[in-house]
Amino acid sequence: MPKRTDIEKILIIGSGAIIIGQACEFDYSGTQACKALKEEGYQIVLVNSNPATIMTDPDFADRTYVEPITADTVELVIEKERPHALLPTLGGQTALNVSVALAESGVLDKYDVELIGAKLPAIQKAEDRALFKQAMEKIGLAVPNSGIAHSVQEAIALVDEIGFPAIIRPAFTLGGTGGGIAYNIEEYQKMVAAGLALSPINELLIEESIIGWKEFELEVMRDGADNVVIICSIENVDPMGVHTGDSITVAPIQTLTDKEYQEMRDSAIKIIREIGVDTGGSNIQFAVDPKTGKQVVIEMNPRVSRSSALASKATGFPIAKIAAKLAVGYNLDEIPNDITAETPACFEPTIDYVVVKIPRWAFEKFRGTDETLTTQMKSVGEAMSIGGTFKEALQKGLRSLETGWSGFDNHPLEELPLSELSSKLTIPNVERIFYIKSALKRGMSIDDIYSYTHIDPFFLYNLQEIVHFERHLSSPQTRPFIENGKPDAEAVPLLRQAKQFGFSDRQLAEIYDVSEVEVRETRKTLGIEATFKTVDTCAAEFEAETPYYYSTCSSEDEVRPTDKEKIMILGGGPNRIGQGIEFDYCCVHAAMALKTDGYETIMVNSNPETVSTDYDTSDRLYFEPLTREDVLNIYDKEKPIGVIVQFGGQTPLNLAMALKEAGVPIIGTSPEDIARSENRQLFKEVLDEIGLMQPPNGTATSSEEAAPIAASLGYPVIVRPSFVLGGRAMQIVYDEKLLEEYMDSAVQASPEHPILIDKYLEEAIEVDVDAISDGHLTVIGGIMEHIEEAGVHSGDSDCVLPPYTLVDEQIDQLKEYTYALAKALNVRGLMNVQYAIKNDEIFVLEVNPRASRTIPFVSKAIGVPLAKLAARVMAGKPLHELGFTSEIEPPYFSVKAPVFPFNRFPGANSRLGPEMKSTGEVMGIDDDVSRAFAKAQKACGYTLPLKGNAFISVRNKDKRAVIFIAKKLTDMGFELIATHGTAKVLLRNGMDVQLVYSIGKGRPTIHDYIKNHAVDLIINTPTGDLHRTNELLIRQMAIENDIPIFSTIPGAAAAVNAIDALQSGEISVKPLQDYHK
Amino acid sequence: MKAILALADGTVFEGQQFGATGETVGEVVFNTSMTGYQEVLTDPSYNGQIVTMTYPLIGNYGCNEVDIESIGPQVEGFVVREYSAYHSNWRSKWSLDTYLAENGIIGIQNIDTRALTRRLRVHGVMNGCLATEDADGNLDAANLVAKAQAWHGLVGWDLVQRVTCPNPYAWNQHPSSSVGLQSSTLTPSENGKYRVVAMDFGIKYNILRQLTEHGCEVQVVPAKTTAAEILAANPDGIFLSNGPGDPMPLDYAIKTVQELLGEKPIFGICLGHQLLGLALGGKTYKLKFGHRGANQPVKHLETDQIEITSQNHGFCVDIDSLPNTVDITHINLNDNTLEGIQHREYPAFSVQYHPEASPGPHDASYLFSKFIQMMEKN
Repeated sequence: MPKRTDIEKILIIGSGAIIIGQACEFDYSGTQACKALKEEGYQIVLVNSNPATIMTDPDFADRTYVEPITADTVELVIEKERPHALLPTLGGQTALNVSVALAESGVLDKYDVELIGAKLPAIQKAEDRALFKQAMEKIGLAVPNSGIAHSVQEAIALVDEIGFPAIIRPAFTLGGTGGGIAYNIEEYQKMVAAGLALSPINELLIEESIIGWKEFELEVMRDGADNVVIICSIENVDPMGVHTGDSITVAPIQTLTDKEYQEMRDSAIKIIREIGVDTGGSNIQFAVDPKTGKQVVIEMNPRVSRSSALASKATGFPIAKIAAKLAVGYNLDEIPNDITAETPACFEPTIDYVVVKIPRWAFEKFRGTDETLTTQMKSVGEAMSIGGTFKEALQKGLRSLETGWSGFDNHPLEELPLSELSSKLTIPNVERIFYIKSALKRGMSIDDIYSYTHIDPFFLYNLQEIVHFERHLSSPQTRPFIENGKPDAEAVPLLRQAKQFGFSDRQLAEIYDVSEVEVRETRKTLGIEATFKTVDTCAAEFEAETPYYYSTCSSEDEVRPTDKEKIMILGGGPNRIGQGIEFDYCCVHAAMALKTDGYETIMVNSNPETVSTDYDTSDRLYFEPLTREDVLNIYDKEKPIGVIVQFGGQTPLNLAMALKEAGVPIIGTSPEDIARSENRQLFKEVLDEIGLMQPPNGTATSSEEAAPIAASLGYPVIVRPSFVLGGRAMQIVYDEKLLEEYMDSAVQASPEHPILIDKYLEEAIEVDVDAISDGHLTVIGGIMEHIEEAGVHSGDSDCVLPPYTLVDEQIDQLKEYTYALAKALNVRGLMNVQYAIKNDEIFVLEVNPRASRTIPFVSKAIGVPLAKLAARVMAGKPLHELGFTSEIEPPYFSVKAPVFPFNRFPGANSRLGPEMKSTGEVMGIDDDVSRAFAKAQKACGYTLPLKGNAFISVRNKDKRAVIFIAKKLTDMGFELIATHGTAKVLLRNGMDVQLVYSIGKGRPTIHDYIKNHAVDLIINTPTGDLHRTNELLIRQMAIENDIPIFSTIPGAAAAVNAIDALQSGEISVKPLQDYHK
Repeated sequence: MKAILALADGTVFEGQQFGATGETVGEVVFNTSMTGYQEVLTDPSYNGQIVTMTYPLIGNYGCNEVDIESIGPQVEGFVVREYSAYHSNWRSKWSLDTYLAENGIIGIQNIDTRALTRRLRVHGVMNGCLATEDADGNLDAANLVAKAQAWHGLVGWDLVQRVTCPNPYAWNQHPSSSVGLQSSTLTPSENGKYRVVAMDFGIKYNILRQLTEHGCEVQVVPAKTTAAEILAANPDGIFLSNGPGDPMPLDYAIKTVQELLGEKPIFGICLGHQLLGLALGGKTYKLKFGHRGANQPVKHLETDQIEITSQNHGFCVDIDSLPNTVDITHINLNDNTLEGIQHREYPAFSVQYHPEASPGPHDASYLFSKFIQMMEKN
């Protein structure tokens, strides 16, 4: 069928803020869909609250609504835009849930909007556990023994039948939030209660445990003519029991015979037909009993997913793009395969390499939480790697993680007693793969390791091969390949094998006790070079048109560099807290801008979720780890005239010096100038030279030095290790005792790794400034005033653009300071400065001469693509030629608000501080600052209440300030609840207050009120560590019950103003295109 | 042990031996299926060929007694990027190494199979010589290239005589008929309702399993069985099997098919399809690098449905050479070559691809039902 002409305008819903379980992959799918449908001539209306996405660039849709993704807001968009169709399957679970809500409430019928891709009954059948189970039984497929419970009683009755261990899966929650495995009745009751609370429809699936079974996934596509193809098969290395998002996975399936694979394929086809997904992609998960081969169906996602993004990158088949085209009527055989150009998209990709995906976690930021990996996803990012063998791909994947491993390395705790080691093998954890290495090195048999881990022996054997080979390499009998500093040609076969096994130069350097540079030089002298091959969907059966490459150690290099002028862009690697989609956004912009300027662009990245690793984004894509070795290999091959390191976050910056030393031309601000901004002593000189102030500070090279420095600065102080990311291990310390604790527990100070100690400026206003400079002219992109006071990491703060409380003189001063800093640091490209304003004095907190996390937000707020301009500046164009010479002060307000993953990490300290903990952000725009703030809150999932009970408990120093806030709340009709101290102050000021007890001091406590759903808003400022447990508990309960909670006075004030604004009328929606007019 | 694969164009790939040792020549071809190496190895259509798998890890799930398509491995040699010495699967019985060694098939691993595949794609399939070093460690690449060049190749060679059964037999008496996973999801109907004579040009067991499952009692006969002999048995239908090599030299079979046409319903697969094409007056030609894999899209022109098919052929019926008594029923969407025909008057149809799969998808298993319906109507 050709494309439909009865629809012209299509609504696409994005997935909102980056959260665990929903990351860049939905920007990738949404961007592809927008592009594909625009190409077909449709008008696109887009709703997505996440400003860091490429899809919300005003060019990608006709009408871009950066508004909260909630049913009521989307209804406003529908009312305004009157789209003919809604494509619900590309924005993750968020878009699917909102679409279901709109369909069920009759909004879609009311405005005559057709769901395309998947209709309501199909979505319901796939998502509702009972309906899904019924459907599977109808087509004769086995599912694990299970039942549905809507109450604790029902759940207890069920588990009698099913037995322990039992799996609890709440319906309609993200990434399996609230799910888990219970081994006893006590644990079970707890999990059931929590799960029921989290499920929006109060429904749980209680399942027979098939922990230890092999886990597989198929990515399936269906078109309107009922043609079904399998795009990719995936095998989880970690067996059932670990969420697939937390598992190491491999594509394609490795350990099923064709007979078994075809049985699974037949089932998948039956499932997509029975569920009735009309067109598009679905992900279906299976488990296989390793002893009998029995197959059971686990679940199906009737939409594109994280796995489909992975499958797209693993095969070169763009699932989301094709899904979008199928949704408007095309059939698979009518769409060409981009990669081959000559064959149709109606086929099943076959690959001739091995793909490994490895998750990246952030437990170090959430101390106190249980780090066991379960059926609930906890990872914040992932790296994908491509190799000629599993061994090569795995080792590349491990070094792609950028967590310090250079491959399948030795675990530092190698000498654990056997009992501890076996528990590390049995209980899934972040470093299990390295504990497997310890076990293998000790000579534990594959059978034994299997009995602990249930990881298929095929994978364990491959790991063992790496261990044995490494042992052989390090054996004194083996000839080293460098003898007396000279390469030994006799060692070529051995070195080649090491490379085929995926050993990095760094690993070899370690084994031979030489430098990485030496290994590289020797290797090259001996003629052992990385060879590059093409990802072509067809295992070389047809010629590939699309330049998408990976390296492997083999005999033939098939990449033919062109003689065009090229610029290479280094990406940001796997997502982590502090480095995610914002940097990918910048890299994508750089590629787009430089392409327009006629350069050939080369992208290097290892993150499969991203838009930057779409083969469409740059002229050439290298899916490779971002290490010195791998980047230099590509550089040697392509010889670009410039390499951009300032867009991919800390990852490429960390490589900048090493690359420069190897002769790579880094364009933009020089690595030396970047270093000047990072090195405390050098930076002090810069500031002195231009006469700017820093908070008083000192550097301690030992624990003993720290205390006198802190005392001389005066407490509180901010302490942190030098050279860290996202405020890692950064803390505000209020007295000497806490400082000692910090020095003992958090870090080891040494002359190489000193501890930086800064005077903490209490109650200062923090300001972020993003600017662009071409070396002559510096233009401010945006000045963002933080709502929370300085001390909360800028990534975790709400901020407002333009500033909402600063006066013109302060703004002018901030500008002047920024110009001076850009000049002093010879900035070419982007620069971010963080200032603190206290008592009318401006202090410089930090300068980052690179793209910052706020660049996409600022670009959307002012309507100027800063990263694109910066890329062109770096390639040599002056700003006046680019037409950006003066600041833009928008006549409306943009508020950025962070989103936190605390609901995944029960028990972790959820207090905000200098260490960043948020995974993503949203943007609220409105002509009125309070409404913009309300929108941002709503987009975070916190709908501000318009009435109800407000609980207030603040520290003594905030009691004055809270009076006005409380008064306003009562004026607006709220009832107040407060703890003893706060209540007394409020009473004295003439307000009615219900008193609650502090926890442990009497009943009722706030705990009881929350349980009774009698709290709608919480204002609770931290009192220091004395009542820490009390506060933590309140925060924890607020998070669990989705109650808006404000832990700073400015935050609470903003919230109260926002409620006031909302009371005077509902929010309205407006597209970016209209704001930017 | 060192091994070399030498191509007739002088390219030499050096790797390590697994399986058997020695020396062999054959046509070097590639297969893009990611699973099913045991079925590939035992498919008689690969007789005369050295097969390379484009998927790099082979041997992972071992070999078993049931995933076989004939009595044993049929390939001349086997080429992989990395052979997995560990085999992990609940049904695995032997390692691939053992399986090949016991069946005298030479394997070579640790070569750049993608480079080899690209060479074959660009220059076409070519003859090759695969050898392992001798007891003294000698292995002369130039000599092997010369042997590859000297080899006669597949064109014009009757390979069927190497694989057809020597004597007729009833499939239900065959030891392999009782083993093997049934790939179809159909419930077995009354066995023996239709009596089918299957001409064995190198038949795959899964065709026989499928026919049986669809209710046929199958008598397998040697390739040189005459039409008169077949018709004397008065079967309900005649099946023309797959098989290796060039169909042109099989004049005896072409003649038999011509004589059978119109007498009884006929269903042909692969070589059987080519023989039907030739019997109907069509021509065949050699494809540059063939179709070998489990992901080939075929369009069924009657329904416009697309089937993902398993394929293994180096020769093809020329779509333009067919008389107008024949309908084109299927085409390949990758290169628009002929994939299926049906006679307008006689109950005879055939497909170039493998509806019996094994390895590969089951999308086209409806063709067996079609054969049953044809027999029922007749």
